[in-house]
Amino acid sequence: MPLYRDVGVVLRTHKLGESDRIVTLITQDSGKVRAVAKGIRKTTSKFGSRLEPMSHVQVQLYRGRELDIVNQVELVEVTTATRRNLEATTDGLAMCEVVEQLAHERSPSPHLYRMLVGALRQLNSEYSALLLPALQLRLLQEEGVGPCVDRCIVCSGTEDLVAIDVQGGGVQCRHHRRGTAISPRALAILQEVLDGRITSVVRNNDLPNDTVREVVSYGRSAMEHHLERRIRSSSLFEAPRP
Amino acid sequence: MQAMIDSLARLPGVGPKSAQRIAFHLLKSDVEEVKKLTNAIQEARGSVRFCDRCFNFSETTYCHLCTDERRDTSVLCVVEESRDVVALEKTGQFRGRYHVLLGAINPLEGTGPEHLKVRELLLRLEPEGVQEVILCLNPNTEGDVTAMYLARLLKPLGVKVTQLAMGLPVGGDLEYADEVTLGRALMGRREVGE
Repeated sequence: MPLYRDVGVVLRTHKLGESDRIVTLITQDSGKVRAVAKGIRKTTSKFGSRLEPMSHVQVQLYRGRELDIVNQVELVEVTTATRRNLEATTDGLAMCEVVEQLAHERSPSPHLYRMLVGALRQLNSEYSALLLPALQLRLLQEEGVGPCVDRCIVCSGTEDLVAIDVQGGGVQCRHHRRGTAISPRALAILQEVLDGRITSVVRNNDLPNDTVREVVSYGRSAMEHHLERRIRSSSLFEAPRP
Repeated sequence: MQAMIDSLARLPGVGPKSAQRIAFHLLKSDVEEVKKLTNAIQEARGSVRFCDRCFNFSETTYCHLCTDERRDTSVLCVVEESRDVVALEKTGQFRGRYHVLLGAINPLEGTGPEHLKVRELLLRLEPEGVQEVILCLNPNTEGDVTAMYLARLLKPLGVKVTQLAMGLPVGGDLEYADEVTLGRALMGRREVGE
């Protein structure tokens, strides 16, 4: 069995048998990889806490036919701050869930790895509720299905943009409105995010809660529409939707 | 014969090879011995249920830990599964009562608080005069999320919420400890002789 090294982020883990786990990672060079971490649930495991979801790790794996086998793990960076905050943890897990859905097994997708690492690093240094939607929108843009937010998707007019439609893929002017209403402030944030100015958006602490909620809700519905499934992690502590 | 092997192989920790070995062993054993085993399994399955108060396994409405008058009712230990109660009881250090959540919040699997015995936990606090809730959950992401969620829920009710200390296993070497565990052990340090 050939041995190889890579860096990656743990996206999720499943219990396997008595004391093992199947770990799903997004790696820099090999794309999504599923590997068995033997004995990880024992207190004496050499892997310890290194293979928890959201961990950024350097791994040494044995290549298997379907599942690889984890041989060694080293943490690249520690995300203690994220794990002490409930909102940050659930947002971080939602980021992992989205990336897991977008990635393909053994198909290199360094951009997914890079974007997830960046987002998790920012989440750990300073929590912002806008980080998750920002990542979701940038991922959609990378996939080629990013929303059009600077002109009406029907008439291409740039004035009086008042609504946004997930199915239509962008904003609409007052004359052609069909989707949900969007405030000028929320629209400005979407434009900034899609222009790549994420840092300035997440550092802005003066935004009203309603605006943040609008952006979070749009980011989630746009991603759910693309994935054709619900994002479980981000809907966990919310009231069920009608 | 094959049906027996297949059924045995479905048990946790029993692979097809072990299932075959157990099956052959049972076939060679005394008929009375096998009857004893099947009766024991049937009886246990038929009579054991969840305790109405703490959701631990019990043969009666309330389990033996809930009905033990000598136990301290002001301290409640919250665990994920019944087997955690067994592990904690073995330490002999805890004399309070337990509450089994029957799982942990798992955001990636969509397991939320409504799937666990959280509401039942809240309903126990006042009638039993609980003053401290000890969260004894697995030290992984699911356990952490559950602990943070419960702490947020319980603290406004005026209950002291504590969590198991996290750190190095007794008998282990420091150099093999992972960064997170060692970091948590360092954060939770205490004065010698306390």
